[in-house]
This record gives sequence, structure tokens and C-alpha cells, in this order.
Amino acid sequence: MAILQQILFLITLGIAGFFIRKRINQIRSTISLGKVTTLTGSNQERLKNVLLVAFGQKKMFKKFIPAFFHFFIYAGFLIINLEVLEFIIDGLAGTHRIFAPFLGGFYNVLMNLFEFLAIAVLVACVVFLFRRNILKVTRFQAVEMTRWPTLDANLILAIEIVLMVAILSMNASDQILQTRDHHYTPTGTLFFSSFLTSTLQHFNTSTLIILERFAWWFHILGILGFTIYVTYSKHLHIFLAFVNTYVAKLEPKGHINNMPVVTNEVKSMLGLIPAGAASAPAEPGRFGAKDINDLSRNNLIAAYACTECGRCTSECPANLTGKKLSPRKIMMDTRDRLEEVGNSIANGGPGLNDGKFLLGDYITKEEINACTSCNACVEACPVLINPLEIILELRRYVAMEESGTPAQWNSMFQNIETSFAPWKFSPADRFNWAKDSQ
Amino acid sequence: MTTNLEMNVPTLAELTAQGESPEIVFWVGCAGSFDDRAKRVTKAFVKILNAVGIKFAVLGTEESCTGDPARRAGNEFLFQMQAMSNIQVLNGYNVKKIVTACPHCFNTIKNEYPELGGNYEVIHHSSYLQQLINEGKIKLSEGGSFKGKKITYHDSCYLGRANNIYEAPREVLQALDADLVEMKKCRTTGLCCGAGGAQMFKEPEKGKQDINIARTEDALSTGASTIAVACPFCMTMMTDGVKNKEKEATVQVKDLAELIAEAIK
Ligand code: SF4
Ligand code: SF4
Repeated sequence: MAILQQILFLITLGIAGFFIRKRINQIRSTISLGKVTTLTGSNQERLKNVLLVAFGQKKMFKKFIPAFFHFFIYAGFLIINLEVLEFIIDGLAGTHRIFAPFLGGFYNVLMNLFEFLAIAVLVACVVFLFRRNILKVTRFQAVEMTRWPTLDANLILAIEIVLMVAILSMNASDQILQTRDHHYTPTGTLFFSSFLTSTLQHFNTSTLIILERFAWWFHILGILGFTIYVTYSKHLHIFLAFVNTYVAKLEPKGHINNMPVVTNEVKSMLGLIPAGAASAPAEPGRFGAKDINDLSRNNLIAAYACTECGRCTSECPANLTGKKLSPRKIMMDTRDRLEEVGNSIANGGPGLNDGKFLLGDYITKEEINACTSCNACVEACPVLINPLEIILELRRYVAMEESGTPAQWNSMFQNIETSFAPWKFSPADRFNWAKDSQ
Repeated sequence: MTTNLEMNVPTLAELTAQGESPEIVFWVGCAGSFDDRAKRVTKAFVKILNAVGIKFAVLGTEESCTGDPARRAGNEFLFQMQAMSNIQVLNGYNVKKIVTACPHCFNTIKNEYPELGGNYEVIHHSSYLQQLINEGKIKLSEGGSFKGKKITYHDSCYLGRANNIYEAPREVLQALDADLVEMKKCRTTGLCCGAGGAQMFKEPEKGKQDINIARTEDALSTGASTIAVACPFCMTMMTDGVKNKEKEATVQVKDLAELIAEAIK
């Protein structure tokens, strides 16, 4: 019996590992379709961002209520996963609560802490379901929050609730079994699950053994299944938010990334460097971005790290005044396109050459044209995502490859070219203000 | 209350010809040079510099658009052409320190020119005014006309979020002894006026409302009689907003430099 369980567990772990690896590889190779970016600035600054913003949840706490409840889910995720380690060792070795004898009295403290967190996660998930579905908090209702993103968010919360219930019922039946069968390592009283023991007391021992095993298997299968699910979900932020806070831009928000290719051309046009010296770029590529492979890898990591929380969109002046632009949609579209291309490549399809593009098939010019580059979205994002960078890259493509900018912008370009000012004034009159009386 | 301060505007070319160099170069910007409303801000700032006795110079006709709107509308070529030629001029004069009343020029020269070979100390006029007030170089008349009057400050995105300058403009206003009232969305969450990212140069996309109207409503709801701005584009947007709401008789939109020039001793 026991050996059968061990074999079964090994097989399950193998299958889950296979799928998780496959997904990780696909996501990694889709991200590497993007342009390589060298990180500038100090690593210390980057680590500080990871510690404060990702680990410390610093920017989350701008909105206290969600931050407070989210913190429990986050802490639960970090800490309860220590228990998963015990689950895996137990499952493989056929042991039961292998850490208990080593940790002695501390094991009880630890288990009680896990149970407290399990309850906290449960409560937080219920609160979040309530906010999304009953209170209908505005930022969760938007055009880009179509069926799948809405379902995804609710599914995650529901799965987490079920997993926590499994842990608690496992501990409850385990506690009763400890009094009936010496095979069950004593854990000491577990405060929260002991509330459930009274309802379970009247079951006979074999039922309880089955219940305990069922809850154990349910929990570990749930965790493994959830891990696979996460890679398809906005919940991927639990890993990639950490990466994103590390790679996030350090320059002042007003800075727009330079295009060295253009610098070379302009320099040779102005005779600042000999014409030939501007070495041709290694890969010609497009100016700006039309599809995901024109964006930087950091932009693509950001798309996978996006939590779809909508803090960006709820601060966006264009969105607030009814324009089509939504910075969250920019990130979600980028991710959807990444997944589309990634799946296509994985299935031997045409990948990037499927005749579709991020610009046009996902994001329209009307959206990107509405951006005021105000950085409200960048400021609002709790995981340091920069939707503005993607918007500007798309605009660069439209302006330089398609000459498709709005007519009024084209006149502005012309004015700058001919009058050195965005309006049509004679450059000779630039200093006239000093001559006017008052 | 000296609105008739002297105005003396040397150019960098003149100073250089005399073998002199200024303490600071005043970058006027396209709006400050051509837009009628913004020109009044330019003059107010020059008068303050004159009154304090700062040795400054402008580029005059040698100045040209920084390229900010071109870059933000996606035309990187045009931006870099503008940037390079400006950098050539500035480096030619060996310019070290620049002050400007335009947050867009400020941001571009400070954050984007270094990569293209232009390295200067760049100061926005709000920080510069704050510095001059703190050093006691600007003396404001006691019990000025702003005493007790409600002023609200509209954060420019390119000063605030883009460059983390939130306090300097507020300290300048506090020096006026005015009653500074904040809008609900201010500092890091300040709502854009709607002009940035080259929006100034085209009609907005279809929507429920224009951004400048939404922002003007925020400002009017504070009950302030003065909306203080620190950017020529915010100036245009907020002035249009106030006109749209038919409040121009009771609410004025003023740049920090104008408010200080009015109150200077
Ligand atoms: S930078 Fe653009 S997308 Fe971001 S909040 Fe401002 S207008 Fe919206
Ligand atoms: S970009 Fe940031 S703020 Fe916007 S939805 Fe994604 S995680 Fe939230």
C-alpha cells in the first residue's frame, strides 16, 4: 500500500515536472524573441527595488485595503510553500511529517503559523472575491477584462480557498488520528484545525485515514496543478514580478530610451563621423515596434509579470476621459500576442509569420495616439511595469516606418524641420519677445 | 508690486564677443519664444533675473526646438537632428548651466541630451526660484496681494512624476504667504493637463471629455482663485479649461515666475 503510494507520487511529480518545465521553456524562448537589452545603472539599486517593491510590497501599500489582504496571500504563498517541501519528501520517502521529530516543539509553532496563514489566505480570498464580484470595484470592470481575465482572477481565488480548506481538514483528521494510532507523529494542538476536530470525532478510524490521505493528496495535487495553471495565468506575477522589479528602468521616468542606430545615422548625416564609419547595425530590424520581437526582452518580461490589477488604467488621464487607451490593455495585448506566437512555434506553426502583428491586430493607433506620456501608469504600477515604453516603441514604428502619424503631427514635424519650432513661425522671429514692450 | 521691472536680455553671442561668460543660460523654449501667453512668463522670469542681478544670457535666434514633441510622437530622426544641432551650439559656447521655465525642455536637455553628448547642469525655474528665495536673493514684499488668497498648484507631469520635483514649486508658492490648497489628485497622482506626449499639437482622440476640462474641474473644485502652473503647455490647457467653464473673470491661471515677479520688492 505504502510503496504503491510512493510510486504513484513519483509518477505524479514527474508528470507535473514535465509540464511545468515545458511551459517554463516556452515562456523563456518566447521572451527571448525580444531584443536584448543591457542593463545600465547600479545593481545595488536594482536589488533595492526587488527588496522594497517585490519582497516589501512597497508600492502595493499605496492602496491600503487591497495591500493588507494581498499581503496575507503573499506571505502565505512564501511560507506555506515550506510545507510543500515536507509534502514532497514525505510523498517520495513514504514518511509522515518527516520534519516533526527533527524540529520538536518548534514543529508545533510552525504548523500553527501555517494554519494561521491558511486562515488569513482564506479570508483574503473571500474578501477579494467579494470586491470583484459583489462590490464590482471599478478597476476590475473594463473592456479588456473580458471573460478569460475575469474567470482567471476568480479561479485563482477559488483554488486558493480550496487548497487552504484541504490543509486544514488534513490537519484536523491527523490530530484525531494521533490519539488513535501511534503511526501519526504527534504535532501538539493545532489551534485552527482543532475547531474542525469535534465534527470529525465521530468518524471511525479508517474513514479518517482515508480523509487524511485524501486531503493530503488533494492538497499536493492541487499545488502541482496550480503551478502549471499559474504559467497560463496572470498569476505568473508571483515569479516574474521579482524579475521585473530587477530589470525595471532606473532612469528618471521622463527619460525615453535612445535609439543608437539613429544616432549613428544622424551623426554621419551631420558629418560628425565619416559616413562609412557608422557601422551597419548587426540586425537591420525595424525602427520602433510593430510586433513583439521588436520590443525589448524587458518589455516582454513585464507583459508576463502584469497582474492585471488595473491600477495603471485607473490613473490614466486618457482612459479616465473615455479614450480607448488603457495601459493595462497594452500589457495584456502584448502578453496575448506572446502566447499566440509561443504556442504557434511550439506546435510547429508559423510563429511570428502568421500575418498578424501586435500593432493593428491587438493594439490600434487610436489607442497609442491618445497617450500623453504622463507616466501616471508607470507611477501606479505595483511591480514597476512601464506600459509607456511599449506605446512609444509602437509610435516610433508608425512615424518612421509607416509615416502614419496623425496629419497634425506631420505638420508639427514639418514645422520643426523648417522653422525649428513645432509651430509655423519664422526662426528669425524667435527672439522678438525681448523687443516687444511688456 | 513692481510689474515694471527692468528687462535686459543679453544673448550668449554678445557676451562671448565681449569676452564674458554668463553664470547661467536661460533656455527660453519654443512656447516661451512664440506663444503670446508663455512670452509673458518668459519676460516675468527675465525681470526676476534682472532684479536679482543674475548674470545670464539667452541663445536668442540660435536656440531651436529641443525635439521633445518629435521624439514623443515617434519621430526619432527629427528629435536627434534637433538634439545634435542644439548640443553643437551649447557645446560651442561651452555652456555649463542651464535654467528653463519649460519642464519639457528641462526633461529633454537634462535626461536625454547626455546620451547624445550634451552634459549640462539643468535646472527648472521652479527649483531656481526656490533657491533664490531660500538664499534671500529674492525679497518679496510683506503682506503682498496674495496674503490669505487661495492658490492651487497643478503638477506638471514632466516636473513631477518624470523628474520627482514636487516640493520646489510648492515652496515658491508658500513664500507668497498664500493659502495653498491641494487638489485631490496631486503630486504623484496629479492628473495630466492633456498636453504632454505631443498631444499639444493635435486634436484629442474621441472620448467622453477633454483631459484639460477634467483637470480644470479638479482645480476649480478647490475654490482657489489662482491656478498656479509651472509649464507653458499646462498654462495653455488650464487657461482654455477656465475659459470653457466661463470662469476667467474670477479665476486666473499664472505661472510661478509671474506670481513671484508681481510680489517682488
Ligand atoms: S503615460 Fe500614457 S498610458 Fe500611461 S497613464 Fe499617461 S496617458 Fe495613460
Ligand atoms: S501594468 Fe502594473 S498597474 Fe497595470 S495592470 Fe499590470 S500590474 Fe497592474
